[in-house]
Amino acid sequence: MSLGKDYIFKSQTKKQLLILFSLGILLTIVGIFMIINGDSHHEEVSNLASESSHYEFHWYQRFFSNLWINNVYFTGISVSAVFFLAIQYVAQAGWSAGLIRIPIAMGSWLPYAFILMLLVFGIANHDIFHWTHEYLYDVNDYRYDAIIDGKKAYLNVPFYLSRMILFFVIWYLLYIIIVKESDKEDVNGGETHWRKLFTISAVFVVVYAVTSSVAAWDWILSIDTHWFSTMIGWYVFASWWVSSLAFITLIVIALKENGNLDFINHSVIHDLGKFVFAFSVFWTYIWFSQYLLIYYAHIPEETIYYVERVKSGIYAPFFYLNLICNFFFPFLFLMTRASKRHTRFLKIACPIILFGHFIDFYLMVTPGVLKDNGGFGFMEIGVLVVYLSLFLFVVLRSLSSRRLVAKNHPMLEESLHHDV
Amino acid sequence: MHVESKIRTPLITGGKTLHDVSNDISRRVEDKPSVSWLIALGISLIMLLVGGYAVYRTLWDGIGMWGLNKTVGWAWDITNFVWWVGIGHAGTLISAILLLFRQRWRMSINRAAEAMTIFAVICAAMFPLLHMGRLWLGFFWALPLPNTYGSLWVNFASPLLWDVFAISTYFSVSLVFWYIGLIPDFATIRDRAVKAGRTISASIYGALSFGWDGAAKTWSRYETVALVLAGLATPLVLSVHTIVSMDFATSVIPGWHTTIFPPYFVAGAIFSGFAMVLTLLIITRKVYNLEDYITIKHLELMNIVIIVTGSIVGIAYITELFIAWYSGVEYEQYAFYNRVTGPYWWAYFSMMACNVVSPQLFWFKKIRTNIAATFIISIVVNIGMWFERFVIIVTSLHRDYIPSSWGMFYPTIYDVGMYLFSFGFFFTAYLLFSKYFPVINMAEVKSILKPTGETKKNK
Repeated sequence: MSLGKDYIFKSQTKKQLLILFSLGILLTIVGIFMIINGDSHHEEVSNLASESSHYEFHWYQRFFSNLWINNVYFTGISVSAVFFLAIQYVAQAGWSAGLIRIPIAMGSWLPYAFILMLLVFGIANHDIFHWTHEYLYDVNDYRYDAIIDGKKAYLNVPFYLSRMILFFVIWYLLYIIIVKESDKEDVNGGETHWRKLFTISAVFVVVYAVTSSVAAWDWILSIDTHWFSTMIGWYVFASWWVSSLAFITLIVIALKENGNLDFINHSVIHDLGKFVFAFSVFWTYIWFSQYLLIYYAHIPEETIYYVERVKSGIYAPFFYLNLICNFFFPFLFLMTRASKRHTRFLKIACPIILFGHFIDFYLMVTPGVLKDNGGFGFMEIGVLVVYLSLFLFVVLRSLSSRRLVAKNHPMLEESLHHDV
Repeated sequence: MHVESKIRTPLITGGKTLHDVSNDISRRVEDKPSVSWLIALGISLIMLLVGGYAVYRTLWDGIGMWGLNKTVGWAWDITNFVWWVGIGHAGTLISAILLLFRQRWRMSINRAAEAMTIFAVICAAMFPLLHMGRLWLGFFWALPLPNTYGSLWVNFASPLLWDVFAISTYFSVSLVFWYIGLIPDFATIRDRAVKAGRTISASIYGALSFGWDGAAKTWSRYETVALVLAGLATPLVLSVHTIVSMDFATSVIPGWHTTIFPPYFVAGAIFSGFAMVLTLLIITRKVYNLEDYITIKHLELMNIVIIVTGSIVGIAYITELFIAWYSGVEYEQYAFYNRVTGPYWWAYFSMMACNVVSPQLFWFKKIRTNIAATFIISIVVNIGMWFERFVIIVTSLHRDYIPSSWGMFYPTIYDVGMYLFSFGFFFTAYLLFSKYFPVINMAEVKSILKPTGETKKNK
């Protein structure tokens, strides 16, 4: 049986991505101009806001906010793809053996994500993270904040940056080891590489379990500096994880339709669909648990987070859109067996879920950064498109750099004949 | 065509044939009760009887017999309740969630685990029922029945009421799931009894098997029902412990109100449940010589589930501690400071040592494939999970907002007696089950004999 064609990153595809990239840039620029000139509605809101919160709003704050959303979102998709890869080895899964090179390609975004993270944090830390302002910790300053001062041992720039650097370095190192081992398996065959991959993957799972939570505290929770929720770590994980699964599914489908992964049968597609469905429900479970407990206990320090979102004219529509895209739609649409087995259904569901989780991160970041100056327009779409084109470029280039199928994977036969 | 990779180890060893499976499992039901079984049953019944006295005094004299006081209004009873409900979760996880994940190793252990689920849920239900005091009025307090007291209704906004619905639904579905799985095996025992001319047991097992005929159509219905029930049981198993966690987390009590509770409780429940399954199965497989069905591989896989869930619970503990500090809320900070360093530090320490540290030993293959070590750690984990609930409940309550209301909880002999009673019931029920019902799902094990059995591999 032929094991598909290796993927070739054609210049035509590169051109398409370049067009996408330029379109994103264009939209972003249009977005910036629209904010600078300001349409009447936003101006009213921002005037009100600037009176109450004593600071001037600039367009670049919204731009930075968008960069951060996409940084966290795409980092999450990338690192969770490596988590998917690791889970497959740790669970000794057979069904997925034919597609493991796709999450491997997605992990190649990590170094770029790292640079972008450092860059955006370096430039925009004061605009995104309230806690980075020195005056908050100065008892003599009228803006002194006792609560934030109490978090100083954790929320300070050197410690924050070292955590960020540490996470990316460990993630990328383990990722490189996994990839090297998988490549060697292609050449040498045998079981030894597979057994080694099992061990490294177990290490990665442990690392990911801890770092994904701490990263969520750093990159998401600390934006709303006063607010806290023990669930946030697993909430961010759930969102990352579903997005990653939806992305893997989409790439697998695209490659299958392109003729590269002919041997991926409907049962494998079905399993991917089940994953997307099940973890959409899992995300909802986590969302609902956090929301219900905060709503029910009605403690002002906690409810403020939802008040800022549900009672805001800017964010309330997205609050509901988030639930529609990430729960109601996938739950109803992917409920039947057929919709999880047929690519044309998944091609509708996965992009909506991916957009839904982008909205999810938009909602986690924007209200805390921009307060009433937020919005959703050309800039949000533009920056997302720019990131998407870059992400796809890196992933597809990585995909074309090695064999598309791990031909010596000891479980490959199971994947080829997978039948449920 | 189903293909199995060569590197997979067989799940059933010893070159068993289909006939061997029927023989090995059914023989336990057909044999006369052994002396060791009778002794074990005797001990369980004594526990039930002694504990029964505590239940009697509680019912007759009221819950004042327990060690509860004005500050600590929930202690052993709710600790035991949550502990038992949690233990129940493993059965459903094994039979439903592992079914959805196509984990074939579940087939040797699901029967016993599901039986354990049912008995554990009954044990759990005892505690809130007895805590009601006059439990014969429970119908009006817990069930939304139209009643003659006018507009008196149950409090639908209370998670305690959600518990009633969640646990009763969970119990019903688990019972049906378990029983449906038993039907084909009852039929096997019936057929063997007919052949051997044992008319009484033939008629009893015939009735229990609902006249199962083994036709292809019947099997197809059986499989459909199993899948539907698995689909139903999966959200149920999550919802039950989620709602149990909400008994605490919907409140405003520092130490109780924390958003991570629902998934963290579910992970903890699976953790303790697997520990109890291990404790029971290690004994069962030894006594019944089932080493070829419940192999070291099975034990190893269960130990891996214990590492994973134990570590999830560990991350949740750390998250709670960190966020309590990070929140800057003095009450939160104090609640956790008191938990770790206060008068109940030993309970917190036991919890950490048993739940987070001890399962990490399973990272060593030598330990996770060692039966004695597994048995000891499984008990340690069960102790730890009891302490976890005790820590959450009692340490959050005993230091009230006003220092003049601070108190401690000291259990009375009746608290201990009630706990003993639940153990007595649990072991009596499990012993009766393991004697009169087939402890392994013969029909399912036969279905995996061919693709994963040892003889097939050797060819």
